[in-house]
Amino acid sequence: MNALSDTPPEFEQTKTQKPDRVYFFGTCLIDLFYPDAGLSAIQLIEREGVNVIFPQAQSCCGQPPYNSGYREEAIQVAKVQMDALHESIPVVVPSGSCAGMMKFHYPELFKNHLRAKQAQAFSERIIEWSAFLHRVLQIKLEDLGQPTRVALHTSCSARREMGVTEDGLALLRQLQQVDLAEPERASECCGFGGTFSVKQPEIAASMAADKCNAIKQTGAEMLVSGDCGCLMNLEGTLKKSAEYSSAHTIDSTHLAQFIWQRVSK
Amino acid sequence: MSAPFRDQAIHALQDEQLRENFRGAMDFLQGKRKAVFSDTIELENLRQQGHQIKAEALANLPELLEQLDSQCSKNGIQVHWAETPEQACEIIHGIIEQNNGKLAVKGKSMVSEEIGLNHYLEARGIECLESDMGEYIVQLAQETPSHIIMPAIHKSKSQIATLFNATIPDTPYTENVDELIGTGRRILREKFQKADIGISGVNFAVAETGTLCLVENEGNGRMCTTVPPVHIAITGIEKVIPRLSDLPPLLSLLTRSATGQLITTYFNLISSPRKPDEKDGPEAVHLVLLDNGRSRMYQHPELRETLRCIRCGACMNHCPVYTRIGGHAYGTVYPGPIGQVVMPQINGLDQQGEMTEGCSLNGACGEVCPVEIPLPDLIRKLREERVQPQPAESPVNGAGSHRTRVEATAWRFWRWVYQHPELYRIVTWWATRLGSMLPNRLGPWTRTRVKPVIARQSLHEIMRERSNQPD
Repeated sequence: MNALSDTPPEFEQTKTQKPDRVYFFGTCLIDLFYPDAGLSAIQLIEREGVNVIFPQAQSCCGQPPYNSGYREEAIQVAKVQMDALHESIPVVVPSGSCAGMMKFHYPELFKNHLRAKQAQAFSERIIEWSAFLHRVLQIKLEDLGQPTRVALHTSCSARREMGVTEDGLALLRQLQQVDLAEPERASECCGFGGTFSVKQPEIAASMAADKCNAIKQTGAEMLVSGDCGCLMNLEGTLKKSAEYSSAHTIDSTHLAQFIWQRVSK
Repeated sequence: MSAPFRDQAIHALQDEQLRENFRGAMDFLQGKRKAVFSDTIELENLRQQGHQIKAEALANLPELLEQLDSQCSKNGIQVHWAETPEQACEIIHGIIEQNNGKLAVKGKSMVSEEIGLNHYLEARGIECLESDMGEYIVQLAQETPSHIIMPAIHKSKSQIATLFNATIPDTPYTENVDELIGTGRRILREKFQKADIGISGVNFAVAETGTLCLVENEGNGRMCTTVPPVHIAITGIEKVIPRLSDLPPLLSLLTRSATGQLITTYFNLISSPRKPDEKDGPEAVHLVLLDNGRSRMYQHPELRETLRCIRCGACMNHCPVYTRIGGHAYGTVYPGPIGQVVMPQINGLDQQGEMTEGCSLNGACGEVCPVEIPLPDLIRKLREERVQPQPAESPVNGAGSHRTRVEATAWRFWRWVYQHPELYRIVTWWATRLGSMLPNRLGPWTRTRVKPVIARQSLHEIMRERSNQPD
């Protein structure tokens, strides 16, 4: 885990190499709950002249059973992803959490396995979506939207494993009409944590409530995140609290969808 | 399924004063650490150095312990080995009896909490007074420490004022911190003079020279180790380090990680009892080396990393779960992330495996650990050991104890769906068509959140349609 640096060295090397084609790994949450975020992420890549391949055989990175201690189940599902994304081209992942799983935990998962080498090579092709746009494509964004104030929430995996907080911020800073707000304790976990939010719902809820209060205090009109797990948690909490008060409500969306909407009107 | 950890966490979450106390204290400590490690390159170098020293110590643990034993003995320190808490208590009680001890003063020692020493001695008629101010407060309140460095951090100034007023005779209620400390100091001074026995922990035990190191701020540790005629130090076997030259980096990491201090007020190096030409110091020094499950941890190739811990508490200070529920909610001697790793290994996953679920795997603890213990990975590993299908193959106590047929079947079903693209396609097709029929209440999730909305078309389906369209 690259704990403190926001720029893992492996990405520095890929900075100038713009690929012709990339795989897109949609993640299971995007697939079922936020497909528009996935589509926006794909369209932003395609706009830069890169072909996006979306293999239908992909499903989930395997993190839920892995974090719950069901290693064998995680291995079996991880194999399917490695097979579906087998060509030696970058795999772009619109989630720091799934990207972290594939990049840092696949090698561990397969360490005593016949597929150890494959897992290592696979992990080296993983790149988180905002880092791909910012570092590899070096995308230039033209903001066509109305002035707004936005807060970015970076997932713990995106921040601590993938080190991509800066990439998300850099993309948002390119949007001229977007005023960036930094919530208090921005680096603290929102309380989602996959099965954690189900197994410890009370602690998770208290973390989410604090996070939402900090976001509200910034006066932001919109919350964006590069991770749909956090988004689902925070969005659900914000909407629930809005049910009880008519004051200042905050919309939320995936970073990709937000950017796509700002640049494609 | 409710469990002790979860019940206690819920209870703690309802205590607003407690949450406020912890939030304030943890924000303060996080800020202090950040300020004192402002040079991130220096910090990374130091962490690597700390990691290496402790890794080297672990790689040679049996040899270093033998060396420590022989060096200490050469210096006149009497070394005792204890495999279990009971043995450690018996040894300490035996030493006290031999010296006709009646009153022991204690410096801060988490290992003594681990073996339940106070209760053991009190039951045998020996008064055992905590002399660390935080420990003293906790003892007065008949509680246990809620943090390994700051035992009374869960209490506010006014709560301590109330406690002193209620339990110490002739003490008026005051929230003046200097006065409160003055009261504690007055009582402790009297006890230091009368005590027969001084008990302390050990932060580092240097094998090369047979030196016991003690880090502290209040001077009470030095009182305990120099004033009474007998000093008994107790430590876990993992605290041994190879050389005296390993001390400066480890000490710096410890104090900066724990309280954000560059150095502490006191740093004691104890290498022998009082020598003939010396004016102070105890006549006898004993060292009790405790195993209590540590050699079992040592056998596991990954969980062995647990033993690198230098007990700074930084993982607690940065844990968003600990910040909200505090140390007592864990119901264990060591709380927070390191507690979640240590306690199930000491007492067995069957007894304390539940607490490994009190973690969102956010990684904040691993990020700040001064010796780079991959705490989230170890917590995940313990979860895996907990539901192991072949527990006989694991060196972890209580492995496989939480495997249930229901959960294992659920994950097998999950795997079955996500492993077979055609099946996944059918399941998502139905989910996207019937998603709107989901009830608005979905267990605990919707208690504080609205239900998530399943899209009408999955990304798979959108992309399938897209690829079928002619360009």
